[in-house]
Amino acid sequence: MRRAYFKFSWVAAALLAPQLLIIFVFFYWPSAQALYWAFTLEQPWGGGNTWVGFDNFAKTLSDPYYWSSVQVSIVYALATTALAMVMAMTLAVFVDRQLAGYKAYRVALIWPYAIAAPAVGLAFRFVFNPNAGILSYLNVVMPGLWDPTQIAWQSVFTIVIAGAWKHVAYSFIFFLAALQSIPRSLIEAAAIDGARPLRRMFDLQLPLLTPTIFFLLVINITDSFTDSFGIVDTLTGGGPFRATDLMVYKIYSDGFRGFDYSGAAAQSIVLMLLVMALTFVQFRYVEKRVHYT
Amino acid sequence: MIERTPILNISTHVILAVGLLLILFPIWIAFVAATHDLTAVNTAPVELWPGDQLWANLTAAWELSDFGPKFINTLIVAVGVVIGKVTLACITAFSLVFFNYRGRMLVFWIIFITLMLPLEVRIVPTYAVAANALSPFQVILDVTGISWLVATLSGIQISLEWNLLNSYTGLILPLVATATGTFLYRQFFLTIPDELVEAAQMDGAGPLRFLWDTLIPLSKTNIAALATIMFVYAWNQYLWPLLVITDRANYGMVVVQLSDLVPDALTTGGGTPTWHYAMAGTLAVMLPPIIIVIFMQRWFVRGLINTDK
Repeated sequence: MRRAYFKFSWVAAALLAPQLLIIFVFFYWPSAQALYWAFTLEQPWGGGNTWVGFDNFAKTLSDPYYWSSVQVSIVYALATTALAMVMAMTLAVFVDRQLAGYKAYRVALIWPYAIAAPAVGLAFRFVFNPNAGILSYLNVVMPGLWDPTQIAWQSVFTIVIAGAWKHVAYSFIFFLAALQSIPRSLIEAAAIDGARPLRRMFDLQLPLLTPTIFFLLVINITDSFTDSFGIVDTLTGGGPFRATDLMVYKIYSDGFRGFDYSGAAAQSIVLMLLVMALTFVQFRYVEKRVHYT
Repeated sequence: MIERTPILNISTHVILAVGLLLILFPIWIAFVAATHDLTAVNTAPVELWPGDQLWANLTAAWELSDFGPKFINTLIVAVGVVIGKVTLACITAFSLVFFNYRGRMLVFWIIFITLMLPLEVRIVPTYAVAANALSPFQVILDVTGISWLVATLSGIQISLEWNLLNSYTGLILPLVATATGTFLYRQFFLTIPDELVEAAQMDGAGPLRFLWDTLIPLSKTNIAALATIMFVYAWNQYLWPLLVITDRANYGMVVVQLSDLVPDALTTGGGTPTWHYAMAGTLAVMLPPIIIVIFMQRWFVRGLINTDK
């Protein structure tokens, strides 16, 4: 702990003030507002609000569209996370062998992180389009076989692939960093003991990656729940027939297109609780990890 | 370490090459589509080799989406967010680390909890706040009765109003609060030895002089790391500008323009989808952050790993 401090003065408070003000106005106030709206029935901007208790939640939770949205969000979160992490880990483990050209691989696998979600969505919309995309030959063989704009599961499939593709770079960066922080002496000791590269991978490197795997698992799932708007909006627009109406997208469309503020607020609160639970799990883990090191 | 593992080495190269192909393939397809004309991109099977229409498509997409001013807007917002985030992170962490006062932990937690409130989950009420950024204070004044008091005493009706919709401030301000940046800076400041603080105090330097003359030069790598990830973050913002900016002609950002390039029934009116323009626009929009990440790779990776752990 530090022992030399500056004397407390207005300076300390003045330096804190800007960030705290912004957080209050743009984070805490809107969150409180969401809570308030979730328990009241409010006319958009002005007009009276009446306290309705848990009515909005009851309405939301009894809406079959909401449950199908939750369902597809869970499918999306788990599928993108699994795909992206398996892919990222495999690539990281092999890039970490540092054969010729590994630096080029590293750059080539990192830059997709920089691509905006809507750009990913739009690119994949073309890649998977039924008329001239990569799977369009299926329609030549048998018309109507591939059409994500009409067939629900194919639409879900395209957002999963796009989402996973977008997440690979992020996980890859973390896996590679974790692999490179494993002391070389450990690897060399194993090699001297006669462990061949593959055995070292499975018995040494992968177990040492467990904390990173867990960290990325939580981060990727949280991201898939909250950060999927851009991909869905340009790739499927929530369709066909709400098949890809993820929770975030539904909040947006109910709130801004349907002007159902109370319903959107109730959904926001549910999603907020979900994110809090996930962050809590992650934080618990971060604290635990301190004991390892 | 010298080991002869020829078979494994070959498989390593094969696995990496396949992985790389899978990652690059969609972007390659998009790029190739941007180099062909309307009929070619709309005929199955998909083109795999570039044509000669890249420049024509780029200029067409550029005109169509009015990218010129949009790129300038996006640059202004991205730079604004970067400067805002780095400054806020730095001064907040400085106050938390180098002053000893009660409530520091409380402030730390207040900032930490914002991690659990991503924009997406509070989007509707945040939009309402952006319509009048002073509304929280108005409500507080009304509820506590201060408005009433002032009105009866002086006859002045307090009505605070600050509309952030359709302005650079509205695009930038809600995005500059940064828990991760504050943590990154806090971690760094905690490594500054006490002796440095004592030496500064002995030389008669106040806290602000110490911050400016000693800490900021020392934190250059921190700034580079934070600035790189935040630039990418700000450039790629989509949902917030989509809502806050209705006056796209003056304040539109490039990423939002992509939603207009989506060739669906709305934009083509049932005609042949203009994929070649859409893909050219996509390429133009994704390029600047990619260049930043490739050139700033070291700082970028460091920033990403340090802020999220």
